[in-house]
Amino acid sequence: MADTGSLKTTPLNALHRSLGAKMVPFAGYDMPVQYPMGIMAEHLHTRAQAGLFDVSHMGQVRIAGKDAAKQLETLVPGDYQALALGRTKYSLLLNDKAGILDDLMATNRGDHLFVVVNASNKEADIALMRERLKGVGIEYLEDRALMALQGPAAKTVMAKLAPGSGEMVFLSIRELKIAGIDVLATRSGYTGEDGWEISVANKDAEALARALLAEPQVKPIGLGARDSLRLEAGLCLHGNDIGPDTTPIEADLAWAVSKRRREEGGFPGHAIVMKQIEDGVARKRVGIKPEDKAPARGHTPVADMSGATIGEITSGGFGPSVGGPVAMGYVATAHAAPGTSVQTIVRGTPRPAKVVKLPFVQPNYHRG
Amino acid sequence: MRFSKDHEWVKVEGGIATVGITTYAQEQLGDVVFVELPAVGKKVKAGEEAAVVESVKAASEVYAPISGEVTEVNAALADTPALVNEDAEGKGWFMKLKLADMKELDALMDAAAYKTFIEGLH
Repeated sequence: MADTGSLKTTPLNALHRSLGAKMVPFAGYDMPVQYPMGIMAEHLHTRAQAGLFDVSHMGQVRIAGKDAAKQLETLVPGDYQALALGRTKYSLLLNDKAGILDDLMATNRGDHLFVVVNASNKEADIALMRERLKGVGIEYLEDRALMALQGPAAKTVMAKLAPGSGEMVFLSIRELKIAGIDVLATRSGYTGEDGWEISVANKDAEALARALLAEPQVKPIGLGARDSLRLEAGLCLHGNDIGPDTTPIEADLAWAVSKRRREEGGFPGHAIVMKQIEDGVARKRVGIKPEDKAPARGHTPVADMSGATIGEITSGGFGPSVGGPVAMGYVATAHAAPGTSVQTIVRGTPRPAKVVKLPFVQPNYHRG
Repeated sequence: MRFSKDHEWVKVEGGIATVGITTYAQEQLGDVVFVELPAVGKKVKAGEEAAVVESVKAASEVYAPISGEVTEVNAALADTPALVNEDAEGKGWFMKLKLADMKELDALMDAAAYKTFIEGLH
C-alpha cells in the first residue's frame, strides 16, 4: 500500500474508508478511486440513478470586489461582465502563448465571483490570481468541502431534501438547505448528467454526505468512474487533454472564447487565438472510437491508414455506457473530420479506429 | 496449482501448463474489459511479459510464471473478458504452454504459501 503519510485528506476521508473505498493518491490527496461496487457498476449506476462524488480536493476561491469580473477577464477569454447574477460559466486560464493553464467554473454571486479550479493546479492558479488581479480580494475557501451529486435521479433526491432546488437550471447557483444543512449548490457537474456540485462547510460535510447516501438512489462513486463518465461526456481533463501546450482552438473549445472578448481582446494569447480562428490550426482535439475491443489509453500514438503518425490519444479507456473502448486525442487537422479512418498503435500493434464527434454519450443537462 | 509472486497461477497436466491470473489479482484489477493474448507458437520465458489484461481503469502486464511455447490461448476471453472476474482460476484461463523446464515449477508457491504471501501484502 502506498505511503499516505504526506497526503492531504478531505473531510470525507473517514467516511470513504468506512464505506470500504480503495484509496489512492491523487493531486496530493488521499482519494477514493472506487468503492466495493467497482468502477463499472459505479459508472452505470450514476447514469441510471445518482452518484455522490467527493471533489473536496478541488480549489474553491472567492474573488471579491466590484471589478471582480473585469479583473478575471484579464486571465480568461470568457465574458464574465455579461454573466447574469447567479449564473455559472466555464472558462480557461491562459498563458501568453494561449496555452491552457487550467480550466475553471466561475459564478456571479453579486459582490464576488465564486470560482472552482482543478486540484492539481489550485496553488498555481491562486498565486497567479493574487499576482495579476488588481483591486480585488482573493480568498481560498479551505474551510469548505465540495461534493457532486450526479445522475438522472439527482433531481428526485434534491426535490425531497432541498426545497427550491427544482427551480434551478443548468449552470446556476443557489444557497440551499439540504437535509437542513446550509450549502451553496450549482447545477453542474463533470459526468454529462444532470446534477449539482455542492459546496459545504467542512464541519458539515460528512453529515451532508450521509444524508444524501441515505437516499436509496444514491451510491458513493470514486475517481475511477468519474474519469470514465467525463470521458464519455467528451469533457476535458486538464493535464491530459488540455494543458499549457494546447490552445482553446486546438482543443476545440472555441465556444469558450466569448464573442465580445474575441473583438476586444484583453486576455493572454488573444492575438494567437484570433490568428488560429482565422487561419486554422495544425492539430485538433477529436473523439476517437476504437473499432475493436482494445482500449487505446493516454499517449497511444495515432496513425493514418498508411501508418504515418498523425497524433496521440490524450484520454482513453473503456466506456461502460458505450459498452466498448472510447478515447479522445489530438490529430493533424487533415484527419480531424468525423468519419475519418485512423489507426491506434496499441503496444506496437495497429488497431482500427475512427474519428468521431464528441460526446460519446449525449448530455442530460436540465436547461429548464 | 502453483502460484507466482506476480499473481499468476499454473496448473500442469501431461507436460502442458495452463496459466491464468489469480482470484486475488482479478479482485485488485476490477472489471476486466480486454485481454491481449500471445500468438500460438510464441516462446515465452519465465518472468517476461506474456499478456496484457485491461480493466476499466488501466492496463496491466501479465508475466509468464514459467518458460514454454504457447500451444493454445483462451479464445473465449475475446468476447467475454469478464470470465476473468467470474472464474479467474478456471474458465478465465489465459494460455497453455508446453513446458520448457519442469524444474521451474519448484520456484513457484503452493496454495498455502501463496495465501500467506497475499496476506503479507496488506
